[in-house]
Amino acid sequence: MVGPMVAGLLVFYVYPLIASVYFSFTSFDLFTAPAFTGFTNYIFLFTKDPLVGSAALNTLFFVLILTPIKILTALGVAGLLVRVKRASGFWRTVFYLPALVPPVASVVAFVFLFNPGSGPVNVVLRFFGIDGPLWFNDPNLAKPSLVILGIWVMGDIMIILLAGMLDVPRELYEATAIDGASGWQQVWYITLPTMRPVIGFAAVTGVIAALQYFTEAAVASSVASGRASIGEGPGATMGYPLGSLLTYTEWLYIRGFGNYQLGYASALAVVLFLVAGTVLMFAMRRVRAFTPEETS
Amino acid sequence: MSEDVTGMASAGANIAGGVLTNAPEVPRPLVKRRKARSVDGALIWIAENALLLALGVLFIVPVVFVIFTSFMSPAQALTSDLIPHSLDWQNYSHIFNDVPVLTWFGNSALYAVLATAFMLISSVPAGYVLAKIRFRGANAIFYAIVIAMLLPPQVTAVPVYVLWTQLHLTGTLWPLILPNLLGDAFSVFLLRQFFLTIPSDFANAARIDGCSEWAVLWRVMIPMARPGIAAAGIFMFFQSWNDYYGPLLYASENQAAWPVSYGLATFRGIHGTDWASTMALTVIVMLPVVVVFYFAQKAFVEGIALSGVKG
Repeated sequence: MVGPMVAGLLVFYVYPLIASVYFSFTSFDLFTAPAFTGFTNYIFLFTKDPLVGSAALNTLFFVLILTPIKILTALGVAGLLVRVKRASGFWRTVFYLPALVPPVASVVAFVFLFNPGSGPVNVVLRFFGIDGPLWFNDPNLAKPSLVILGIWVMGDIMIILLAGMLDVPRELYEATAIDGASGWQQVWYITLPTMRPVIGFAAVTGVIAALQYFTEAAVASSVASGRASIGEGPGATMGYPLGSLLTYTEWLYIRGFGNYQLGYASALAVVLFLVAGTVLMFAMRRVRAFTPEETS
Repeated sequence: MSEDVTGMASAGANIAGGVLTNAPEVPRPLVKRRKARSVDGALIWIAENALLLALGVLFIVPVVFVIFTSFMSPAQALTSDLIPHSLDWQNYSHIFNDVPVLTWFGNSALYAVLATAFMLISSVPAGYVLAKIRFRGANAIFYAIVIAMLLPPQVTAVPVYVLWTQLHLTGTLWPLILPNLLGDAFSVFLLRQFFLTIPSDFANAARIDGCSEWAVLWRVMIPMARPGIAAAGIFMFFQSWNDYYGPLLYASENQAAWPVSYGLATFRGIHGTDWASTMALTVIVMLPVVVVFYFAQKAFVEGIALSGVKG
């Protein structure tokens, strides 16, 4: 009964991982057999590749900035919703639904909302006498604009945190209230410690998602650049504006599937695997959801 | 919509089901307030509700502007007007007449339905076995599944792509559909978590009566695991429906195979500055998600809570 799954793991995970390591030591263009080149790809990656550094830094931005902001916003909203009695179902739906919208649709919508010419955001800013910035067309603001989008779609994390918050035993609040604890003390000493496993889960999945950040950046670049991309594919506009949105996985896509440098793309994949693997090792030790518990 | 949401509260007996619905028991951090504090309490209540209202408006407003713009004329969409002059359906008719949007929807539906069906066939038995049957190597398989579900797909993309090229299936969505016959890691994980919450007593009784493991799964466990199975199915459906990276990799060169996500992403490139039509298409892409959510919200929420909270 578990046989197909095991076969799937072997075909789609174990074999590709081994093959990636092998390809990473070769020059391979899909049409001719891979040719062994030793450490050439890795030497190029770490010393000569002109863009891998900035691509890694862009991805790091999403890991270090987007993920914490998303989780903190989700915590704040969940904390607010846990106290709301009136129309709580309505409010929860309002904050959750954006997370279900297809990412391509939400990116297209946000690039429109923030477009410098007719975008409602700058129109509203102009109403208040503020000259709105270029947002997705400004190399300094393109990533922060995607963070704003990230906040809008934080609903999936929020729901997990809200469920965890509702799970905190009431008695703990009642007991400490009698002892005279303030609301903030209760949050700090009861809510957050009790929710540690849930927050840990959200952090790990958030970091992993940020490491592979791709769709939002690729679509934002393509739509904001306004260039016809039908023949050349989104690879042509990736990074727009000025490489500020070029993420590590986009660079891997361009090298591997745009230029068919599959050997080099495999070297990039192996490095990504080592980084993600470190996060995974931490996750499997520390996050309870990822450990096998006793079967009942 | 809110009426239906609350209507489900009675069904949401467990914590997960109660999250989007009206949770019956909400912990009130400030339980016994002394009278002197009641003014403070009222102020806090006002501040909280004002904040909630403001945040709620900020979350709803983007969609409102998108819908408004979808009814503008292409020329008006380039002005700083926020509200359309009149309710104009021309952008929608333009999309259905001039863009192969129905083909895109058909492709997305095929991808999502088959991926979900294949996933259920392979992953429900796997989730059941991993939750309920002890055998050598069970822990190793569990760890492998956790790694597989958390591993960025780009890590394995090159060899998997080469594999599908050799099978001459690039240019179609089959490389994204067929692997589900061999189990989907996240779905197996989710289903296992759900099967863990079901007591083994009924299954044991059926075994004593001479049922095979397949019969136990089919007759005893699946009926009890329906909410978990629904959650896994809906997740898979939406993951496929929303997928952009997969179709980009395998179907971008064959326009006849594009799903809606990919079609929408290329739309503005082709139609230049026509924001009005772009927003109309965005609305069309968003709409099915909202409709399905409306009918299946309980399963959604249950699944999300299950993936993160249990265990």
